Amino acid sequence: MAALDIKNVIKRHGKLQTVSDVSLSVAAGERVALLGHNGAGKTTIIKMILGLMPITEGSISVLGHAPGSAAARAQTGYLPESVAFHGSLTGREQLHHFARLKKASKTQADELLERVGLAHAADRKIRTYSKGMRQRVGLAQVVLGQPKLAILDEPTSGLDPVSRHEFYDIVEELAENGCAVMLSSHALTELELRTDRIAILSKGQLVANDSLQALRKEAALPIKFKVTATSETIESVNTQLGGSRVNGRSVELFCTPDEKVGVLSSITALGAIVKDVDVTPASLEELYRHFSKVEEKH
Amino acid sequence: MSSILSIARLELIIARRNLWVATAILLMALFNIVLTIAGNAPTGELGASPMTIALTSITTLSVYLVPLIGLLLSFDAIAGEAERGTLALGLSYPLSRIEILLGKFLAHMIVLGAAIGIGLGLTLAITVYRYGVGAVELVPLLRLFATSMALGGTFLGLGYAISALVKQTGAASGIAIGLWLIAVVLYDLGLLGALVADAGGYFTKVIFPYALVANPADAFRLLNMPEQSVNMLATGLGAASQVSGFAGQLSSLLIWPLAALFFAFLAFRKIEP
Repeated sequence: MAALDIKNVIKRHGKLQTVSDVSLSVAAGERVALLGHNGAGKTTIIKMILGLMPITEGSISVLGHAPGSAAARAQTGYLPESVAFHGSLTGREQLHHFARLKKASKTQADELLERVGLAHAADRKIRTYSKGMRQRVGLAQVVLGQPKLAILDEPTSGLDPVSRHEFYDIVEELAENGCAVMLSSHALTELELRTDRIAILSKGQLVANDSLQALRKEAALPIKFKVTATSETIESVNTQLGGSRVNGRSVELFCTPDEKVGVLSSITALGAIVKDVDVTPASLEELYRHFSKVEEKH
Repeated sequence: MSSILSIARLELIIARRNLWVATAILLMALFNIVLTIAGNAPTGELGASPMTIALTSITTLSVYLVPLIGLLLSFDAIAGEAERGTLALGLSYPLSRIEILLGKFLAHMIVLGAAIGIGLGLTLAITVYRYGVGAVELVPLLRLFATSMALGGTFLGLGYAISALVKQTGAASGIAIGLWLIAVVLYDLGLLGALVADAGGYFTKVIFPYALVANPADAFRLLNMPEQSVNMLATGLGAASQVSGFAGQLSSLLIWPLAALFFAFLAFRKIEP
């Protein structure tokens, strides 16, 4: 059984349809990234999963329970977009409160404060925290009580690169403990290595839902080669390989994923005059743009 | 139950740090001291006991002050969370909305209880100091405390309802002040106007007594008016209060807090954060 199972969900606000027939499931231990423009329907889907918003049509099952039911909420961790807390409370007071509500121990709350690097600021009022620190409190409360499902809405906004890295370490730990993780994000590059599956949402429709490799294959976006030689030899490299000169010493060429091995062997055939080769597959940004656009043509 | 206590505990910390607790206690204490001391000045010839005079003055003031404190504590309860962005997270936790509401209510009742209790405690202390233990009348004192709590609870509930309905603290505070004005000032003026216009007709005899106790602030006033002070003041209120009776006044003050909390729950239940 999938930890989270979304089946043919439709959400209408009056005549406006913000989510159109979305089906998506997340298994225990799986990390799925939900991508989409602003207004693509990510937050709407998240609110329906949490039972904060009624579903117009279709169904959602959270660990076999109805969304928003006591059983579902007891096993779900949620990090809202730009999470906020009451400024008059200290980080520790706030987290202890959450621990009591989730029937988790205060010891776990204190350990988590340390884990997210807030031990030194735990007894300061949240009012004095930076956005990144508040985000860490938010992450700590998600992990409280070992949730079976974690829903993270734009979790890394406001975090610096080092904190982002630490953040994904914690997400990985959650997944290793069997928690299903669904996160939405705008920061695409960081998702490439840190998620198992990517679901792309465009105008309320799910336009892609697969691993990054499979999406690359399906989109068949060109692979970029950058071959560097010296200013003397670059001319002959260019005539033999084709492509275009980008500066005095490099040539750029593109091929489809099928041709990749062939192009690589013709580059190695050039021998010692090649100083360096960069092979860049389509980035997540390009894939995301590709899938979002494909849908817009309909 | 533990969730309710946890919410209440958090709200108490917040109320303490926001100085709401200090403000409420200071306000009640100050007015009670002034009224207990000054209220006793012109008594002698009237023959009313010093405690009665003090409690009557405090009752008159509490009609205004207690609803105001109740609304000030509550108008921000849900709208503030919606604006800060803490509501969605709070609602995703494994506790029901009624538990959230009851937790806040419990905390705010404790704040009110502290303010009213300390205020009346000071009245008691001053009375004992000036007139000795013999001057203490415990029943009216406890009655004033209990009815003040019921009155405050009513306006806490109404404040939550407003807060959940408008979801903006600015608008909620405006409506709360409007409600306060209507309940404690305009309602009575309206009744008075109707009485004058009716000139002793059907309205005066049948509707007015019930219209009077339907307002919890008026029910509170009637319940705490000692017989002698009613005679003393020689107002028509005494006559009116006999029609609805003690039972009518008491049920108004018992039903109102529950009804207000129920309204608040209905409004809160509809919120999609």
